Amino acid sequence: MDTKDLDGFAMKRVAIVDVDRCVGCQMCMFACTRRHGVGGLARSAIHVRSAGGFERGFVVIVCRACSDPPCAKVCPTGALRPRKGGGVVLDERKCIGCGLCAEACPIGAIFWDDERNKPVVCKYCGSCAEHCPHGVIKLEVLEGGE
Amino acid sequence: MVDKLLSRVLYIDLSERKFWAEDRRDLFEEYLGGTGVAINLLREECPRGADPLGPDNVIIFAVGPLTAVFPMASKTVALFKSPHTGNLGESHAGGRSAAAIRLAGYGAIVIKGQSDIPVYVAIHGDKVYFRNAMALWGMRSTYTVGRIIRENEPGAGIRTIMRIGRAGENLVTYATVVTETYRHFGRLGLGAVFGSKKLKAIVISGKHSIPVADSKMYKEVYEEIYKAAVKSPAMKKYHDIGTAVNILPLNELGALPTMNLKKSRFENAEKIAGEALAEYYLGRRVACAHCPVACIHLAILREPYVDEPYFYKTTWVSYDYEPLYALGTMLGGTDVFKMLKLMEEVEIQGLDAMSTGVVLAWATEAMERGMISTKETLGVELKWGDYDNYIKAVRLIVEQPNEFYKALARGVEYAASKYGGLEFALAFGGNEMPGYHTGLACYVGYLTGARHSHLDSAGYSLDQKMLSMEKRLSPEEIGKRLFEEESWRQILSSLVVCFFARGIYKPDIVIKCLKVMGYDFDENRLMALGRKILRLKHKFKSDEGFDPKKLRIPKRILETESPHGVLSEQDIRTAVNAYFEELYKEQ
Repeated sequence: MDTKDLDGFAMKRVAIVDVDRCVGCQMCMFACTRRHGVGGLARSAIHVRSAGGFERGFVVIVCRACSDPPCAKVCPTGALRPRKGGGVVLDERKCIGCGLCAEACPIGAIFWDDERNKPVVCKYCGSCAEHCPHGVIKLEVLEGGE
Repeated sequence: MVDKLLSRVLYIDLSERKFWAEDRRDLFEEYLGGTGVAINLLREECPRGADPLGPDNVIIFAVGPLTAVFPMASKTVALFKSPHTGNLGESHAGGRSAAAIRLAGYGAIVIKGQSDIPVYVAIHGDKVYFRNAMALWGMRSTYTVGRIIRENEPGAGIRTIMRIGRAGENLVTYATVVTETYRHFGRLGLGAVFGSKKLKAIVISGKHSIPVADSKMYKEVYEEIYKAAVKSPAMKKYHDIGTAVNILPLNELGALPTMNLKKSRFENAEKIAGEALAEYYLGRRVACAHCPVACIHLAILREPYVDEPYFYKTTWVSYDYEPLYALGTMLGGTDVFKMLKLMEEVEIQGLDAMSTGVVLAWATEAMERGMISTKETLGVELKWGDYDNYIKAVRLIVEQPNEFYKALARGVEYAASKYGGLEFALAFGGNEMPGYHTGLACYVGYLTGARHSHLDSAGYSLDQKMLSMEKRLSPEEIGKRLFEEESWRQILSSLVVCFFARGIYKPDIVIKCLKVMGYDFDENRLMALGRKILRLKHKFKSDEGFDPKKLRIPKRILETESPHGVLSEQDIRTAVNAYFEELYKEQ
């Protein structure tokens, strides 16, 4: 599998290292929306919620960068395309906001920006992992990469 | 520039079952948010002399411009008229409450009126729903109420679920509101105000984005704060062992109130210290939304069932310094497991752990002295460290089956005024004392602070600093310093920055954060605003009958030696007067 992009950079994804280290601080979620230079959570592509009460620990949901992504398969306008090596790339100009992609993702890793009526899709930039103080997530090179 | 989400105030009228939003840019521009905005809303909405448990009382929740934008600005300030003291009620809680309110698109929420049937209110962005809470009313545990609402409502991960227990329903004047199961609007009886309004719970969720005035500067200032937060030794202390780390040093100092402050050292302190709890009980650490520190420490209790072998009840209890003091050292307890069971019972019922501990400590001493007997307590023998009986007493305080328990349900000052023992009834300004017997400054803080809390002006910290000062401060200087500290803390609580992060949010950082949000403040203007807010709070207090001249000083604190020796009532009064002189200056 080719896991390099056109410029030869290794393709990456956000990996869950150990979800039991998660304290539910949601620093990752805030980091994700902050990439756009705003506060809040409307544009976050990672989500942390409790597993049914804080005492039971947390669930961290983020795109796994599937090699054959079901979300891209159902996109009627070609806005969501498979990325080389796994995961997807969104072209917002083509997106009509139908929401089929979010429904298609079995782990719920496509989120919705209600303010703009567009899906929020992970860009695999790793800003969330940089702001995880407890070693729950990391940006990793996709299998077969470097 | 106030963003338009922040300046929206949501008004909810429980009597009329209606809601509306108003733009209160006027308040947020001048007072930032949090406590500054809330005191203005309280003064507008709560008529003078209102019955704290009647329909005229109001509940104000407020957050600030930095909430959900910068880390650790995740406290919600609640203001109300306190059924416990009869004047200003102010309580702060974290969890996900502040982020949820801000991202639902509000800077403040005002709850008025009184419902005729039990309800809970669900606020999801612009939508507000009144839900029937008949089936939740009277339910034994706050944990269960949370669990049910969690399954009924959307917004997992981005919501807050605030609820009361039976203590709130039964109007115990120190009932709490629990949020996210392990955080509390603990002090001054917000739970009873909820109960009086037949408001069982509020769930709030939202997911907006928040615009800033300068995106580039935003990211830079954010990184500066984030790095300081994850590297600072102070924050590490809260993360590692948590606030419970304070037990041993305070004991060493002789500042740890023990057995109703008959002593200031606890010989078994190491058994209930944070270190021991971490070793044997700590099961998980969790965090408030948008805070990397994770100071919330949860103990695991594993208890075998007596009727069936290899069958266990496993429960979780959050512990902190203050509950360990109030339900641990104040009650002279050494059985940690049973102490945690008492803490759990207090949570289940929705009581303030600090007030409950001080009330039980007074009752234990009163029984020891023969002022009350098992006739009053309905057969419950109150003895230092006897947790089985303390658990029974807690249930009876909530049920209030007789005059004695009715009195206990109104706090230690009220109970002692009926049964005697005021000299060892440890309340200040009507509020039960926190866990510091560090010297003069802590008591001056409890007496003068707008909410009679150790966190108002941190006298305990000044006391400890003074131990290493060459020249001791005079009582007048102490009074003035506490006034200045409390004034600055009005800014932090208007920005709803957690006081644990006060070492990071110094004036220069606060000014930068405000600049990112489009506000132009300098240090002098901030300090002036802090003093103004504090004066407004005291105005509310005096309008409701608070009189500094009538402040009661229980003799006990003058008998038990502190790290600064035996305290003098005259010095305390001099410092209190100095505080109020500063307060009334240039008004």
